[in-house]
Amino acid sequence: MSTGTKHGLFRITAWLLPAAVGLAACDAPEPTVSEPKPMLRRLTEDQYRNIIADVFGPQIVVTGQFDPILREGELIAASAARATVSASGFEKLERVAQDIAGQVVDPVNRKLLIGCAPPAPDAADEPCARQFLARAGRLLFRRPLAGDELDRVTALASAAAREAGDFHRGLAFGLSALLVSPQFLFVADSTEPARKAGETARLSPFAKASRLSFFLWNTTPDAALLDTAERGELETESGLEKQVARLVGSPRLADGVRALFADMLALDKFAGLEKDPEIYPAFDPMVVADAREQLLRTIAYHLVDRDTDYRTLFDTPETFMTPALGRIYRVPVTDPEGWSRFAFPADSGRKGIQTLAGFVALHAHPGRSSPTIRGKAVRELLLCQKVPDPPGDVDFTFFNSPGSAKLIARDRLAAHNQVATCAGCHKIMDGIGLAFENFDGAGQFRTTDAGQAIDVSGNLDGVPFADPAELAAALKENPMIPACLVRRAVGYALAGVVDGPQAAWEKYLLDRFTAGNFRLRPLLEAIVLSPNFFAVSRNTEKRS
Amino acid sequence: MTLLIKSRPRTRRAMLRGAVGGAAISVGLPFLDASLNDGGTALAAGAPLPVRFGTWFWGLGHTPGRGFKALEGTDYRFTDECAALEPFRQDYINYFRAFNAPLDGAASTVHFTGWVAAKAGAIPLGFGRIPAPTLDTIVAESIGGSTRFRSIEMSCTGLAKDSYSYGKAGSHNAGEVSPLQLYLRLFGSEFRDPNARAFTPDPRILLRQSVLSAVSEQRQTLVRDAGASDKDRLDQYFTAVRELENQLQVMSSAPPPLEACVRPEAPADGTPTLQVEESLAAHDTFSKLIAMALACDQTRVFNLLYSQAASELRAKGTTFTHHILSHEEPLDIEVGYQVETAWFNERSFIALAGLLNHLKAIREGDGTLLDNVLILAQTDTSDAKTHSVIGIPSLTIGRAGGRIKTGLAVAGNAGPISRVGLTAMRIMGVPIAEWGVRSLRTDQPITEVMA
Repeated sequence: MSTGTKHGLFRITAWLLPAAVGLAACDAPEPTVSEPKPMLRRLTEDQYRNIIADVFGPQIVVTGQFDPILREGELIAASAARATVSASGFEKLERVAQDIAGQVVDPVNRKLLIGCAPPAPDAADEPCARQFLARAGRLLFRRPLAGDELDRVTALASAAAREAGDFHRGLAFGLSALLVSPQFLFVADSTEPARKAGETARLSPFAKASRLSFFLWNTTPDAALLDTAERGELETESGLEKQVARLVGSPRLADGVRALFADMLALDKFAGLEKDPEIYPAFDPMVVADAREQLLRTIAYHLVDRDTDYRTLFDTPETFMTPALGRIYRVPVTDPEGWSRFAFPADSGRKGIQTLAGFVALHAHPGRSSPTIRGKAVRELLLCQKVPDPPGDVDFTFFNSPGSAKLIARDRLAAHNQVATCAGCHKIMDGIGLAFENFDGAGQFRTTDAGQAIDVSGNLDGVPFADPAELAAALKENPMIPACLVRRAVGYALAGVVDGPQAAWEKYLLDRFTAGNFRLRPLLEAIVLSPNFFAVSRNTEKRS
Repeated sequence: MTLLIKSRPRTRRAMLRGAVGGAAISVGLPFLDASLNDGGTALAAGAPLPVRFGTWFWGLGHTPGRGFKALEGTDYRFTDECAALEPFRQDYINYFRAFNAPLDGAASTVHFTGWVAAKAGAIPLGFGRIPAPTLDTIVAESIGGSTRFRSIEMSCTGLAKDSYSYGKAGSHNAGEVSPLQLYLRLFGSEFRDPNARAFTPDPRILLRQSVLSAVSEQRQTLVRDAGASDKDRLDQYFTAVRELENQLQVMSSAPPPLEACVRPEAPADGTPTLQVEESLAAHDTFSKLIAMALACDQTRVFNLLYSQAASELRAKGTTFTHHILSHEEPLDIEVGYQVETAWFNERSFIALAGLLNHLKAIREGDGTLLDNVLILAQTDTSDAKTHSVIGIPSLTIGRAGGRIKTGLAVAGNAGPISRVGLTAMRIMGVPIAEWGVRSLRTDQPITEVMA
């Protein structure tokens, strides 16, 4: 299939072609996806932290290390559906659980969080332990504990209380057991038998509640959502719509949107972001943290707070600033301590999130810029166009010739294009990446490199641009920009690579996204209100 | 993988069992000098000193023709960028060359396929997917069950993801990145000095075991309804639970005295960046800690990563990383090689020599700890400049308690690099007949080096 570029390197389905976008009738029947098998998703570190803060309050501090879920493809959400827990990872989780449980039963917090008090603090009290563990367990397991589960954990807390001679210490062990349990650490799609023709199984109401809450808020379902599930109201159209309206209308939607974009933009790479302090002395760890936050804050502001056209992200001058970032952008900052609204002037070269430090510094080398890395990031992260891996037999003869000098970026990339095996991919990356050469490896603005004036002109899939501002306009109008968000949002919702029949659903969603002026909220609503969002098949997978 | 013998590792030490619940108690231990036999080569109970296993990883291979120099037959020298290893060559090291990663028609994913083939015995289909457990986890399953930690992973890049140790179901063993955090894990409040006169068990251990028992009881119910791949993932989770249960069990008993064990000083706080000086410093500290962890029998398996495949290490104030230099640095017309790239390569082997010095500095029986380890040193490419997976160099280091010959160079004659891994596993006593997938499958260990 043609790709929308001249180079034919991208595998993109037909609906992503410009001519297809926005032309389909919005009243066409919604395509159904092939029903995926039930999923078992490991909690991400952010989800774990969100849950603890939501269930026990922000005064409970989650300290300690978590083993990262390794990104295996476009989305960590998909990797989470394949991830397990290693021995060293579990060792860390057990420590974190003990620490959290200790804080929850600490005298400072227990009155607020436990909800009952034993007659004698130095003895076991089963009713109080059961009451607390049932309440906490429902939020942590995202469903009521089964009778034997509650019996087991209550007995554990009581035995531990007797052993320790302290009710609350015993209760902490009971809570610990919940926090290291696989029912907490993995979000499992529990299913029920099919009820109508064509179904092989259906998600349980509590599994639906989890799917909704993690997708929209990136956390465990709150009590209201669990109550709705328990009453069976998520099975009705009106009940579901009411909850979706509540979740999408809440400020907490920003948490879900931030999580979606953190995954889509591969912001986990910030964990390894560092710059050489001699070359870029202003780029300190505070800048790293603030640059990441600036990206997410800008996205949430435009898409959640202002409910604007998604494509605005790529040409907006509006963002937020901190003193640390002010050093990189070389701009005055009004709030000397925190975040303040900021708009880049027209002649700043900054338009769109792709010109923020969090993008141009993340996609660069520690000591210099990289048009290739930046171009690849635009292609893969913003346009969903997979750039092929480099061939295993790259010829570096040009660079290795004795006497050849280190070249400035445009000359180096011109050299890449002299080698046939390199040229195909470099052309599609470098043409975009060179437009960012006004930003050095730390994201600081510059007009020269090695004493030479920087040429930032280029071409995006046939649309010429003279500078980053014109690239911003070209990106905003590129049909792959909204199509890519739809693809990632669907992949994020279903925790998998989207292909085959699901592509038709993407097209359907893109038509609605286009008709709705590219606003994110309606897109998210369309996804979660679709029967596809809850589709599941009976698990028939056999162990090999 | 075919196992010759179905056997389960010993799950706990049972020399002295202290009470683990309620009030702490003290248990008297024998004096130190009673712990070794007259020859000093075995524990008093008659068990020989354990052989420990480690992997050491460095990125970007070496400059072909410089450093690792095979001479006639089995003779070779470490020169130039590998010169730091020369003092250890004859007594402790074997050099394996001309072993390949046969692709079987798959594309080579640069800086990934090579090390996956060497460590997992299989060619990956695309970046990120590890097709089989890495050999260190197979060794750990065989010998790691009797210590507090089945294995310890360390990364000198500051990134936990930079650990090339994977168990079943793609379970990733992330690396420790902070020497202080590793110290606290190994030698913090839960460490029990094997040479202390009294043993005071932690009363919380029994309660923590109870928590884990409560979790383990749910296994059957949970696994019952899961699909095959999810069953594997849950199995791996419950394996992790069992390993912590085992760890707690080990901690509930008084450890036998170990002459060489001395609790080290805590290192400074901090995590290295990718600046080579910081990685070298972290490597040195990790090396000291893991050497003492082995001497104190806290673990018998370790994985130490100095630099990642496609090493992103950089020198202070320079704009090119080791990886970029390996591709783009011009050849120096005077010397005929990439000078800056070679400088980074040299740092890799200086780091490795540092680890060997720390192991050699610990006396154990009538030798040193280096006599009782087997370390497999591996990398991702041969000639990094061209991403070659032909002739990936690897080394074995240590005498493995006399189970391996040393000072040899072995040419693989383009055979599969999995032969090196199979050899290491056989030497470590893993009951494995053959290993690897498709063209990497082999039942031919390198008998030339096996004592």
